[in-house]
Amino acid sequence: MIKFEQVSKVYPGGFKALNNVSFDVEPGEMAFLTGHSGAGKSTVLKLISLMERPTAGRVLINGHDLKRIQRKQIAYARRDIGMIFQDHRLLMDRTVFDNVALPLMIEGYSLSEARKRVQAALDKVGLSDKIRHYPHMLSGGEQQRVGIARAVVNKPPLLLADEPTGNLDPKLSAEIIKLFEEFNRVGVSVLIATHDLSLIARLRYRTLTLKEGRMISDGLTEEAL
Amino acid sequence: MSVLFRSRQQGAQQVKISGVRRFFMFFVHHAQQAVGSLGQLARYPFASLMTMAVLGLSLTLPATLYVIVKNTDNVGADFQQASEITLFLHKDLTAQEVQTFAKRIDLSPEIESATLIGKEQGLADFRARSGFGDALDTLQENPLPDVLRVIPRENYRSAAAAQQLLQQLEQEREVEQARLDVDWLERFTAIVDLVRDAFLALALLLCVAVVLIVGNTIRLNISSKRDEIMVMKLVGATDAYIQRPFLYTGIWYGLVGGVITWLATAVLIMWLSGAVRDIAELYDSQFTLTGLNLTEMAVVWGIAVGLGLVGSYIAVRKHVTAIEPQ
Ligand SMILES: Nc1ncnc2c1ncn2[C@@H]1O[C@H](COP(=O)(O)OP(=O)(O)OP(=O)(O)O)[C@@H](O)[C@H]1O
Ligand SMILES: [Mg+2]
Repeated sequence: MIKFEQVSKVYPGGFKALNNVSFDVEPGEMAFLTGHSGAGKSTVLKLISLMERPTAGRVLINGHDLKRIQRKQIAYARRDIGMIFQDHRLLMDRTVFDNVALPLMIEGYSLSEARKRVQAALDKVGLSDKIRHYPHMLSGGEQQRVGIARAVVNKPPLLLADEPTGNLDPKLSAEIIKLFEEFNRVGVSVLIATHDLSLIARLRYRTLTLKEGRMISDGLTEEAL
Repeated sequence: MSVLFRSRQQGAQQVKISGVRRFFMFFVHHAQQAVGSLGQLARYPFASLMTMAVLGLSLTLPATLYVIVKNTDNVGADFQQASEITLFLHKDLTAQEVQTFAKRIDLSPEIESATLIGKEQGLADFRARSGFGDALDTLQENPLPDVLRVIPRENYRSAAAAQQLLQQLEQEREVEQARLDVDWLERFTAIVDLVRDAFLALALLLCVAVVLIVGNTIRLNISSKRDEIMVMKLVGATDAYIQRPFLYTGIWYGLVGGVITWLATAVLIMWLSGAVRDIAELYDSQFTLTGLNLTEMAVVWGIAVGLGLVGSYIAVRKHVTAIEPQ
């Protein structure tokens, strides 16, 4: 599903954020990406979501070399990837409905079809009663779940999450991870970047560990620790 | 069609909407976005109104100047009817030669009519009118030449064409001297031309200014929605999709600005026509200012909308593409 082949990324200014990183996430797999702050976790996700381009090496999604994706196609490629951010990036002046419906509107769904799908996505994250609320009326955990609903509303085959539990207490974090597990169970590939080791310690998922831009371990959680 | 997942269908395709329905929905979407961008205007009412006012008032000056030039064109047309050439013939011509020449000129294609005023008749007229009758009797011979009054045809009546015709007639063997009272006509045409050129240059400058102002307002709109645009790009919005509401905003600026131009021009013309009427009375003329007619109003509106669209297009082309999600 996601394949990195000897990928290096040097940011303008000369900082080498990734150094010869290779790994492979299978379709339908759920994996964690961990490492200290500045290790390059976000950089990996940005390379997958075409926010950055690798300096060397190849990034492939479903066998497609991202180098081949031209600027104009990036928008379409991103529709296949659900993205979740620590700061959830909701539009604060739009209702929950409008936020979750945004990817559907962009793809040209009719309003009635969008309504059905938004309802289904909010049901999954347990927020169907907050559909008319504005994000500032929601708690941090609820806002994060709206962000997740937006990421999955058009049923992408791949989910990327960058510190999705960053600001949440352990109980809420566990709930969020449970949501990802549910999506994973229906076949969605999930890659979660987090430095919250206590969160993944209890789970038996594959964990990719970065250190100063290098992949230092790749295996089950227990082995990584 | 999905870029990364061949078998995955996206959006409208997935819902299996018929072609007709999709065609219809295309317009529904555009209408929704047009109305949506109207909502945007309501969010920044002051800035929007300012831009519309600047657009409308900037176009008012060229529109008013246009109305004035259009009206002076009518005046010019009236006055040019009078353009007339006077030919003074050589005195040593026989009466027969004079008659032949007069007939020849009368028949030439550039000329509407040629009226001969014989030297005897001229003298009689002068005698009757001047009161120098006795003095004239002392003259041994008639000092006046035969005179031919020539009225050019319609399309030889402009200052330039009449001047050319004059030179041509001056070349005739029989003609001693030819005169065209064109000085004032030339001056008048020159002034009208100057006004028209100045008006064109000014209009062009103002249009550029309008484009820049609209572009700048749209640029501010875009940068105030920077975060929103980033989010939209992250969830897969194309540049075109993000640009559209801003283009509609530009169109709205033009639509409202155009109406402001109509009103302001009408007020200005009304105000000017008082002064014009006073001047016209001095010259014993029926001249009145006629404002913009329906076609011209439509053109003004079209220009306003066009400028709004161009301004916003330049802004979105430059600034929407420049925003990259972080
Ligand atoms: N746009 C950029 N320009 C220059 N350097 C950058 C840029 N983005 C990231 N970096 C650098 O690259 C390194 C890796 O950054 P990255 O965001 O991938 O780390 P991270 O593992 O996500 O860290 P954190 O856990 O703090 O989010 C950092 O040292 C950072 O300073
Ligand atoms: Mg990070």
